[in-house]
Amino acid sequence: MKSLEQIKEDLERQFHGVGITIEGSSLIIPKEKWLEIARYLKDSPDYQFDFLSSVTGVDYVQHTEVAYHLYSMAPPIRQNADGSVLWRKSAADGLCPLTIKVRTERDGHMPSVTPIWRSAEYQEREAYDLVGIQFDGHPDLRRILMWEGFQHHPLRKDYVQEDQDREVGTFPKVPGFV
Amino acid sequence: MDYTLKESPTLETQMLEVNLGPQHPSTHGVFQMNVTLDGETITRLKPVMGYLHRNHEKLAENMTYLGSMPFTDRLDYICSMTNNFAYALAVEKLANLEVPERAQYIRVIMAELTRLVNHILLVGFLLNDLGAFFTPVLYAFREREKILDLFEAISGSRMMCNYFRFGGVKVDVTSDFIPRVRQIINNFPKFLDELETLLSENEILMARCQNVGILPEELAINAGITGPMLRASGVPYDIRKVDGYSIYNRFKFRVPIGETGDVYDRYYIRILEMRESLKILDQAIKELPDGEFISKAGALGARSPRNFKAPKGDAYGRIEAPKGELGFYLVSDGTIKPYRYHVRSPSFINLTVLEDMCLGQKVADAIIILGSIDIVLGEVDR
Repeated sequence: MKSLEQIKEDLERQFHGVGITIEGSSLIIPKEKWLEIARYLKDSPDYQFDFLSSVTGVDYVQHTEVAYHLYSMAPPIRQNADGSVLWRKSAADGLCPLTIKVRTERDGHMPSVTPIWRSAEYQEREAYDLVGIQFDGHPDLRRILMWEGFQHHPLRKDYVQEDQDREVGTFPKVPGFV
Repeated sequence: MDYTLKESPTLETQMLEVNLGPQHPSTHGVFQMNVTLDGETITRLKPVMGYLHRNHEKLAENMTYLGSMPFTDRLDYICSMTNNFAYALAVEKLANLEVPERAQYIRVIMAELTRLVNHILLVGFLLNDLGAFFTPVLYAFREREKILDLFEAISGSRMMCNYFRFGGVKVDVTSDFIPRVRQIINNFPKFLDELETLLSENEILMARCQNVGILPEELAINAGITGPMLRASGVPYDIRKVDGYSIYNRFKFRVPIGETGDVYDRYYIRILEMRESLKILDQAIKELPDGEFISKAGALGARSPRNFKAPKGDAYGRIEAPKGELGFYLVSDGTIKPYRYHVRSPSFINLTVLEDMCLGQKVADAIIILGSIDIVLGEVDR
């Protein structure tokens, strides 16, 4: 049962020279080393993070970030006396989900993890479509939710709709009502 | 692997590109598939989605946390209660809110009733795709209506319930709630037995569904497939057991696992899951305690949503929705509105393997494979 600090030290030992930071309950990994670390997390018997649950692109105006949530479906370590399978409590029990964040600049490039976890295929396309992050190595990077030929990236903070004529997100000040 | 027919020296053949267009009675919503055919055999299939994209994630950035709750109903518009549940779990994780006992039990009861609602609808519509034109749907909906009437009595609306709040539920259940749920628990197994007699051993169903659209286990795990589709391929992973969120670890229930991963397994696993949901409902009804239906902090938040500030940070909350793993990733910057709101929708990700399952099959099989994945476009497109 490993803690986040132990994983950080383990990864820094395996990949010399990588500078991983811990922010809240997530690991920030530099994008240059991300692909190798991802492969290690999936294949190494200590972790076996074989299930990539969620890929989210987030736009912080100076930079953009992709947040990955990893789980492990590794085989059970114990089995009941009558031969029935004990619930897949993962080898990395207590760790899940492992939240990893990788940063890049706006309109930046990132390595795609689709060759490692196929579940990233549509989710990375969505992050490209809505936030504008380019994923290098993705087999088919094109827009998925917006139509072909749409120019902008809607989930960016500075996206203004073409027909927008009023400010959104502000509430009218009515006296006596908070 | 070569999926083309054998070449005949005198016959000139050509690949045909067909558009199973967004307007189609069997695509379960506005969903398009670009299919390349060699005769009747599929050699390439590209799904096109986005026809129902309503930019839900951006809308949520402009509203308070509670303001997006009715919008989550409309994600998977058949199972509104479980969508609310996942969102409430994510916000409670973010803001560290407690949920009282009675509210936990009510939530589990609603979630399991929603599972019944969803699976019975799927069985009906899968049979519809197979050609049993609406007769199974009629029988399925007759039972489903009883549960929807119950939802209407509790929350005011049959499908878009908007019932859950952060820290509990919106109102307490009515006094005739327990007898009505007990009636459902008593009548549903008999209905399922009737349905199984007609369907599970049906020659046409078995001939058309067995060994069609097989999904191997490794591909399922790698592609992030979750829910009944994953379990039909033989992977014992159910988030109710693995995470034990809410109070699910207090209930005794089994989780059916399939063997082959074909369409028949995916259909049959849902029948078995309905039976297990009835067991959970039975136990929950017996143990439903008295108490508050929402915590103090939650009630305060519900009364004045424009004052509910979540602490800075991020949280990922997930549940075992009837279709798979429904997760909400919320990033908060300390204000009353979320900074980033992302829905990890099971239908969207389960579609990753549609092409792999359909290659080499006939067009008619592609329709039932799509039906067995159990997608709903509100969730795929958001």
